[in-house]
Amino acid sequence: MRPAPFEYFAPRTVEEALDLLGRHGDEAKLLAGGQSLVPMMNMRLVRPAVVIDLNRVAALGTVRADAGRLHLGALVRQHALERDGRVAAAAPLLAEAAPLIGHLQTRARGTIGGSLAHADPAAELPACMIALDAVFHLRSARAQRACSARDFFLGLLSTALEPDELLAGIEVPGMPAVRAGHGFAEVARRHGDFALVGACAALALDAGGVCRHARLVIFGAGDGPHPVRAAAALIGERPSAARLAEAGRAGAAEIDARADLHATAEYRRRVAAGLAARALQQAAARAEAA
Amino acid sequence: MKFVGDRHLRKEDPRLLTGRGRYVGDLALPGMLHVVLLRSPHAHARIRRVDADRARAHPGVVDVVTFAELGGAARSFPMVPPHPELRGHNFAPLAGDRVRFVGEAVAAVVADSRYAAEDARDLLEVDYEVLPSAQTLTPGAPAVHDDIPDNLAGRVTLTRGDTAAALRAAPRVISVRLRIGRGGGQPMETRGLVADWNPALDQLTVWASSQVPHQIRQFVADLLDLAPHQVRVIAPDVGGGFGAKLIVYPEDVLIPFLARRLARPVRWIEDRLEHMLAATQEREQEHDVTVGFDDAGRLLALRDRFVHDTGAYTPRGLVVPLLTASMLTGPYRIPAVESSFESRYTHRVPVTPYRGAGQPQAVFVIERVLDLVARETGRDRAQVRLANLVRAEDMPWDTGLPNYRGSGHVVLDSGDLPSVLRRALESARYDARAAEAAAARAAGRLLGVGVACYVELTGVGPFESARVRVDAAGRISAWSGVSTQGQGLETTLAQVAADELGVTPADVTVVTGDTAGVEHGTGSFASRAAVVGGNAMALAARDVRVKARALAARALGIDESDLEQAGPTFADRRRPERRVTLAELARLAGAATAALGVEPGLESTRVFQPADMTYSSGAHVALVELDPLSAAVRILGYWISHDSGRLINPLIVEGQLQGAVALGIGSALLEEVAYDEAGQLLAGSYMDYLLPTATDVPTMAIDHLETLSPLNPLGLKGVGESGTLPVPAVLASAIEDAVGLRGGHVTRMPLGPSRLLDLLPPHP
Amino acid sequence: MTAGPGSARHDVTAIVNGAERRARVIPRLLLADLLREEWGLTGTHLGCEHGACGACTVLVDGEPTRSCLVFAVQVDGCRVDTVEGLAGAGPGLHPLQEAFRSRHALQCGFCTPGILMTLVAYLRLHPSPSETEIREALSGNLCRCTGYQHIVQAALDAAAAGRAAAPSA
Repeated sequence: MRPAPFEYFAPRTVEEALDLLGRHGDEAKLLAGGQSLVPMMNMRLVRPAVVIDLNRVAALGTVRADAGRLHLGALVRQHALERDGRVAAAAPLLAEAAPLIGHLQTRARGTIGGSLAHADPAAELPACMIALDAVFHLRSARAQRACSARDFFLGLLSTALEPDELLAGIEVPGMPAVRAGHGFAEVARRHGDFALVGACAALALDAGGVCRHARLVIFGAGDGPHPVRAAAALIGERPSAARLAEAGRAGAAEIDARADLHATAEYRRRVAAGLAARALQQAAARAEAA
Repeated sequence: MKFVGDRHLRKEDPRLLTGRGRYVGDLALPGMLHVVLLRSPHAHARIRRVDADRARAHPGVVDVVTFAELGGAARSFPMVPPHPELRGHNFAPLAGDRVRFVGEAVAAVVADSRYAAEDARDLLEVDYEVLPSAQTLTPGAPAVHDDIPDNLAGRVTLTRGDTAAALRAAPRVISVRLRIGRGGGQPMETRGLVADWNPALDQLTVWASSQVPHQIRQFVADLLDLAPHQVRVIAPDVGGGFGAKLIVYPEDVLIPFLARRLARPVRWIEDRLEHMLAATQEREQEHDVTVGFDDAGRLLALRDRFVHDTGAYTPRGLVVPLLTASMLTGPYRIPAVESSFESRYTHRVPVTPYRGAGQPQAVFVIERVLDLVARETGRDRAQVRLANLVRAEDMPWDTGLPNYRGSGHVVLDSGDLPSVLRRALESARYDARAAEAAAARAAGRLLGVGVACYVELTGVGPFESARVRVDAAGRISAWSGVSTQGQGLETTLAQVAADELGVTPADVTVVTGDTAGVEHGTGSFASRAAVVGGNAMALAARDVRVKARALAARALGIDESDLEQAGPTFADRRRPERRVTLAELARLAGAATAALGVEPGLESTRVFQPADMTYSSGAHVALVELDPLSAAVRILGYWISHDSGRLINPLIVEGQLQGAVALGIGSALLEEVAYDEAGQLLAGSYMDYLLPTATDVPTMAIDHLETLSPLNPLGLKGVGESGTLPVPAVLASAIEDAVGLRGGHVTRMPLGPSRLLDLLPPHP
Repeated sequence: MTAGPGSARHDVTAIVNGAERRARVIPRLLLADLLREEWGLTGTHLGCEHGACGACTVLVDGEPTRSCLVFAVQVDGCRVDTVEGLAGAGPGLHPLQEAFRSRHALQCGFCTPGILMTLVAYLRLHPSPSETEIREALSGNLCRCTGYQHIVQAALDAAAAGRAAAPSA
């Protein structure tokens, strides 16, 4: 199990990387942490003619926080989400989800941008980014543009990235109110495995305890992270346990659940409803306590 | 005995902990070539043509070999062991005109690097005529072998008493269908070989990651038409076996064949995906069980008819289903038993024993039956077991069923099974925990306690040999016919030899897995290495000491009764300054004349041939909790009482039990080799075939009993596989308890998330 | 491999177990192969070659890294630590290796180097882990022999010994 041959480039700057990507486009693969790409190359399921290694592009590896907003370079390693206090302060949902992303070794090498660009439907980070209303900065030699996390994920291993585009950075806005809370729940077969199904939520309440902001994302159940439409119905309401459970059920009903070796579609639907409710309840309790 | 029974730290560890272990993949010989294999992508196909021209022309490629190039080696391997009911078919080194499972090797590419060999493999073109394949155990499936149109590899019925009459007479009768899925041993080191042909000596040296180097030597010699002395097979450090390295595989002959053909050293290291596709697997059976019992929960009659999936070939004949059938009654007294099976070919990876070897299925069946009887009679599950267990005073207990070798009945040689169970119950505080679990269930939690008992057939013959030698420098070397894959035999055999010789384990260098060490060897499987290999070692070491004493007395000119030994030194008890060392005695023996009265050499080679198998026993208790939402199982507590006779090294025995339980947890909750209708493997990598991790395995409490076996001088029983046997059964018992009377019944293994969810009680 | 795309060789210089080593590698050469086949450091084992078993874990710039998922060319300029360097130059064992020996935390030994390297990096950052935390830290390392119990105990022992040796750390 060894990869097929490829030509290797290790640019030092974003511009150099974009230039290489522009020249090689479809033939090239961007190499970040390699935790998903290299296994597929070893199995020869992916045979890029060119590998553009981003690991020496220092500009992509920085974390910045200002005015409650978090700026994550695409090359920031996943373990920074657990280790960096600025992440826990600005986006505690990310810090809470981080230990469930793979294992010690994969988080040490795997990058935030790599996970997002790979877009595994059962990955934690895409769902969290949608729940947090994150904005992705995409760059190519031609142009640069911003894309909301919600619009970025197009389905199974599919994103809005053009062949010559690079996900350069992620911007996570702060929560819109003081009384905000997040929730996260997932079921995986083993610790560190991709989720069979999971849910994350972000809620904000006003001083009177009325919901002013609600996001719920279910992942692992279908072809991609699913932003639950029914979550909007919580806005303007007081989030009772019954109401949140109902929202969870409504969210699960929106999903076209997939079946695989590990779980049936019925399992995913049924458990998604409960996990969504759990994530919402956790978010509501935190918001109320804030 | 000074060292047997000691929690002696392992001799092999300093090497393995510092990266100085030597596994097959670590060997690099000058000029070595690398082999990769092309494997069939189809479960069943006719090979019309293999076009290797482009592959041969690829830079770095030295050779491409298909069945057509095998010459005299183009034939099937013999069966080990044969059986009168077996309609057997074994592998050839490469597939001939037909492939019979996805992953069967079709061609070998030899190149100067693994990278180049894999590149060239991509260039091989095989013209396959895809044929329909047998993926079910039901009659009427496409034939796997043309001469066996019904796919029946064998049909056997074992009986004790008149089961039909006993079932008619039983006050209560109930039936259940139980299913067990496929899994595999999955050692962390895959298989692999290095082979080197020495044309100057006409000798082949083969390093193999194997449990059976002596068997490989025999097959290589047979297939390549060499005399046994021309072939030396060495199993160096081996990274786990668990049965996956128990048979002689096609590659075990093919790689030596290539070394000889090319007169160059060659190396083949199986990759993990190949291991998933081609290493043998086990466990898949479907049982229809009927049990007769009385209101007190006593078993009166048991009938089990099962179908066994043997895959595409039968390198181990009918061993697995015979073990299931013959061990069905386990530790229980059942007056009438009928146990029968049909072993059927499928177009799937061949089935041979892996850790437990047919016995986990037998334990699952009988323990499910006992839980069923307990529920039907409203009795406690542990009490029902106690009412049926073979008692200490019944030993030796003849179960009345022929053993899998056909050498006699399954006769439990010794043990105190009720005490084992009682101690497990006490250690777990079973009654209190069962009450706590019931209270937790009343409060809406899904908490349950399970219990299961087992006996394990261990210490299988036919024999093992050992050689102990003191050389002229006083070094003590001990060779054994067994090989070691992590069981610590370098240490335990040294403990045995040290006691017999009156020295310390540090003084004894144990060499296992080398056909140059002892001429005859059987190998490490069936929980036999310590039992049979240990006793052989004791006999050989004992001989050497007898010889040393005779020589020492003679050298000192005294009577043997006046000798005093301190480690490697013998002295005159009355004049301790007069002494002689083992080194001096070895030099004396090395020049032995007829007048000396001993044969030359301070050494002995002995064989131990056990009269019968010896049976270890145990009981496990588990406490589990299910998440009412996801049905995810957490194992909150695990208690083991175990009796494997005399313990050579309790520390190592505990490690064996813990590892075996972890493997059992995998079999019960995580690991399943699934195929689609075309015979394609669905769990083809570690992303989908899930081994237990550190977060899946609980801390276990282990309690030892030591009932010595009367069948061997050291009183040993085997332990390697024991811990695995009851795990699916005890977890089934605990999970069923956790989901309560309104929940479902566990009738199959493994239990993945969806099957677990189906067991949950309906919402209140 | 002498011609064609992907055959151009790249220079790699790395500090391996404290000493500088050099190689000229094709881009697709895995770090594990560089260590094992070119530099003879066969203590790092390959168990799955798809990043799932953790046997090949080494430290790259101090971080536990699966050497089957990194190309050799990528470690140019990096520090690489393998099991061979764990005990230092002396004949003794590293405290973690000692703990593994005392607790019988290895059987076949194949997964052991990867587990040692993972734990060394983990304990450096988490000197007082709970049993649960150790188990989670080990979830990316498969062991088929031990059932993990003795490994977890050894890690707890080593952590305690480390705290005793450096009480302020």
